[in-house]
Amino acid sequence: MNDQTLTPEERATNLKGMGCARKRVEDVRFTQGKGNYVDDIKLDGMLFGAFVRSPYAHARVVSVNKEAALAVPGVVAVLTAEDLAPLGLHWMPTLAGDKQMVLADGKVLFQGQEVAYVVAEDRYIAADAAELVEVDYEELPVLTDPFEALKSDVVLREDLAGQTEGAHGPRKHHNHIFTWEQGDKDATEAVLGEADVVAEEMVYYHRTHPCPLETCGCVASMDKVTGKLTLYGTFQAPHAIRTVVSLISGLAEHNIRVISPDIGGGFGNKVGAYAGYVCSVVASIVTGQPVKWVENRMENLMATAFARDYWMQGKIAATKEGKITGLWCHTTADHGGFDACADPSKFPAGFMNICTGSYDIPTAYLAVDGVYTNKAPGGVAYRCSFRVTEAAYFIERMIEVLAIKLNMDAAELRRINFIKADQFPYQSALGWEYDSGDYHTAWDKALKAVDYDGLRAEQAQRIEEFKAGKTRKLLGIGLTHFTEIVGAGPVKNCDILGMGMFDSCEIRIHPTGSAIARIGAISQGQGHATTFAQIIASEIGLPADDITLEEGDTDTAPYGLGTYGSRSTPVAGAATAVASRKIRAKAQMIAAYLLEVHDGDLEWDVDRFAVKGAPERFKTMKEIAFAAYNQAIPGLEPGLEAVSYYDPPNMTYPFGAYICVMEIDVDTGEWDVRKFYALDDCGTRINPMIIEGQVHGGVTEALAIAMGQEIAYDEMGNVKTGTLMDFFIPTAWETPNYTTDHTVTPSPHHPIGAKGVGESPNVGGVPAFSNAVHDAFRPFGLVQSHMPHDHWRIWKIANGLGMHG
Amino acid sequence: MIPAGFEYHRPGDIASAIGILQEHGDEARVIAGGHSLIPMMKLRMAEMGHLVDLQAIDELRGVEIGPETVTLGAMVTQHELITHDGLTAAIPLIREAALQIADPQVRYMGTVGGNVANGDPGNDMPGLMQCLNASFELSGPDGNRSVAARDFYEAAYFTAREDEEILTRISIPVPGAGVGQAYEKQKRKIGDYATAAAAVMVGNGTASVAMTNLADTPVWSESASTALAGGNVDACVTAMLDAIEPVEDNRGPVEFKKHVAAVMLRRAIDRAQSRAG
Repeated sequence: MNDQTLTPEERATNLKGMGCARKRVEDVRFTQGKGNYVDDIKLDGMLFGAFVRSPYAHARVVSVNKEAALAVPGVVAVLTAEDLAPLGLHWMPTLAGDKQMVLADGKVLFQGQEVAYVVAEDRYIAADAAELVEVDYEELPVLTDPFEALKSDVVLREDLAGQTEGAHGPRKHHNHIFTWEQGDKDATEAVLGEADVVAEEMVYYHRTHPCPLETCGCVASMDKVTGKLTLYGTFQAPHAIRTVVSLISGLAEHNIRVISPDIGGGFGNKVGAYAGYVCSVVASIVTGQPVKWVENRMENLMATAFARDYWMQGKIAATKEGKITGLWCHTTADHGGFDACADPSKFPAGFMNICTGSYDIPTAYLAVDGVYTNKAPGGVAYRCSFRVTEAAYFIERMIEVLAIKLNMDAAELRRINFIKADQFPYQSALGWEYDSGDYHTAWDKALKAVDYDGLRAEQAQRIEEFKAGKTRKLLGIGLTHFTEIVGAGPVKNCDILGMGMFDSCEIRIHPTGSAIARIGAISQGQGHATTFAQIIASEIGLPADDITLEEGDTDTAPYGLGTYGSRSTPVAGAATAVASRKIRAKAQMIAAYLLEVHDGDLEWDVDRFAVKGAPERFKTMKEIAFAAYNQAIPGLEPGLEAVSYYDPPNMTYPFGAYICVMEIDVDTGEWDVRKFYALDDCGTRINPMIIEGQVHGGVTEALAIAMGQEIAYDEMGNVKTGTLMDFFIPTAWETPNYTTDHTVTPSPHHPIGAKGVGESPNVGGVPAFSNAVHDAFRPFGLVQSHMPHDHWRIWKIANGLGMHG
Repeated sequence: MIPAGFEYHRPGDIASAIGILQEHGDEARVIAGGHSLIPMMKLRMAEMGHLVDLQAIDELRGVEIGPETVTLGAMVTQHELITHDGLTAAIPLIREAALQIADPQVRYMGTVGGNVANGDPGNDMPGLMQCLNASFELSGPDGNRSVAARDFYEAAYFTAREDEEILTRISIPVPGAGVGQAYEKQKRKIGDYATAAAAVMVGNGTASVAMTNLADTPVWSESASTALAGGNVDACVTAMLDAIEPVEDNRGPVEFKKHVAAVMLRRAIDRAQSRAG
């Protein structure tokens, strides 16, 4: 057992701890079709719910006639706002301090809004009966443009009539939600007034949707005998959902058990609370039977949370040499019919104030105005921390716009403005303390890896060939250096509905030296069962293969705020390391007793404690675990387990350098990504293979967003992109090959130095693709053009520049 | 995404299938690969009481390669079109176009008969068949008849086929040696309908050009074909641009579609000419 023949390095390798490209333990079941998703759950007597949804974007609901639906054999109930009102559940609070209709209460505010909920014995009957619910609507004027909404006499939220104070301060207009200001307005305007150069541009980040492979859904099961509600669902934050359900339903929290089973992707779409959950819970309480509700794809795209829709007016000031002196941003944020953004409570525009990016900008000002329109509510962080993708896109476009104004190379402009390695921890003008970074090293490595100078020479030659009529294809070089802010967050300023955004881990070591760990986060594909076992393996010296990770069941897992905003590794991962260290501390005392030495005479050696100066005298973690259960050790309780609730002292700030090389056909608008290089610095790397997979997936979603994916509305408020025919999801065919790379700048405040990576590729990828399109046309006079860059919009750029003869 | 209820029929021969159609009138629809009809049923944009599945009818299968005519059974799948060496040797244009339809999973199920019979202006095969001057054989209560592909399409989803008729076979004249062929398609992504697509045959002093998804029917233009046969590419493109009537959708506005139509047509002509003998 006590194998002395292996070197410490060999023993470390056998643990498959941090740094190991360990294969994902989850994939055994996923690749065999043995996952257990919400729609796989089948309970005795289970009923099915289906929504009747509004075909109109803005209308009064004059009447709802249920009779024909109720007459269908197998229909159990049809719920409307009238039925929910006596319970106080026809409206529900949103995460953003607003409230939202569960079922239409007198009017509808967006196409696809839930009007009635049909409960039936199977989903076919429910779908048939939903068709038979007769709703009489009276159409109202539709507002789809946030700028128009702020001027219009049309009142969208009549329930807020006369309320001049919102959850985040004064409301300036009946369709206005909040104004959020950061930084120094006067100082910034003074800098803009005195600057050598000011570049100004409107940067629009269009509305899109996370569109996870599995749509949202739940099964609510009320046991009338025990009084206990079990709620299975596609929840990215199961504990928060338990608390929310308790608060809005009045059920005691100990009588609610929330279970997130396997989740088929979340990307922010599954953070919020939806009408389907409330209606299913009510239906189960009323009928005493389990009730399942699962969205179809169109419902998912039309009604559950969208992302982005930020109009960002920017001004950036610089010296004539290119040193940036100030940044000004005014954002008009289209929130749809209800403010249901999923942000920490004190941040109505998320962490949009990370919009100074990777640059040392001494003076800055940001204002965000939230606006109601006749669109679906949401505003979630689609594979990014809260509004960080918007912020990164804004600054990375403004840098390009400034480079054009200065007639400078955009790579060089970035280089001379980067925050320098010796400036960390860095206080940004908009209030953040960046923990660590080495941007120059990453940037130089990236430029060298793609042969940046060679690419520019090739581009120059291509332009000559184009002008000579020898080619109709342009070459674009899209540069991005992004800085994220993830790992929300410190309880002192980050909470959701009053619950601090700490996270947790509980570890139990079994007598034979294996372990089970539970965390407050929940994987939706991130591979927690693989990577969190690796953290524990390295920290306590037991093989990762012998450690089970469980999450998602609020009856067993410690309380935590869930998985989104790249917070699992920064927060739950830190809790896991801290809990591991508590176990190791106790293990050291046990080892000292067994070896008959003082605690301080021992040193940790990969998987064992050894006597200092006498390495042949040691106890392995496995031996210690057994002793913890079978020896009466004076002064120590039996057993070996620990729990940690970790309140992070700061966010983490991952960064990266991405470069996209794109060919563009000016006649058809077609594009082809020839090369995509992604350098990520996420601090300590736990599993390089999983990081690479995260980068591949995230860049692919970025490609989709930048190059075609959108939730578009016509002027009547109809969703034009409600199916996957029109909503762009790249297939293997459209997905380019990626080159991944990294530098390692650990977080100084995180127990293992890790920063989080899952969302970096979306944050960095979108501006890289968009900048490539812009860069291709820059020599012909393009300054700014809005995403998504689908064929016709690229063609429109070329056409506008007179390139079609 | 749950269709309304329907009765399912699976006849074993054409006569039985026609009998079911006669019995239920416009309450019944035939289903071939189902890749157009089933999504419409799930969206409840198409509702019918009776679905007549043609999968079990052997008479509707098979590819016959004659010296002058190729005959395709209506239930021949796109996958079979792609993998049939004899067909590719006789009319390479069919394989080239079929490869640009949807994705492999869809092509295993999607049939050439369903593609041409549905009357969806987005489908690729109707324009292709007009370019090739194919004819469609229809069987109905009153017997069989043949309709030229160029006369078959009346409006979106409206064709010369009567409700009680089934499209059974497609006959295609084998183009003469020396005729170059090409199919050029722009689409937003795999699985999408064409933003614009062009089917071109040219050589031996003849030419035929047709385009897809640029009007509510496929567009074969006699004047464009004549111009190209005479070697006048510009006149061919001009004639075709006069013939198409694209509408704005998520693929782009009319101006863009007309531009792309011309680009696709010129590229198809270039490629077809380079392949001409």
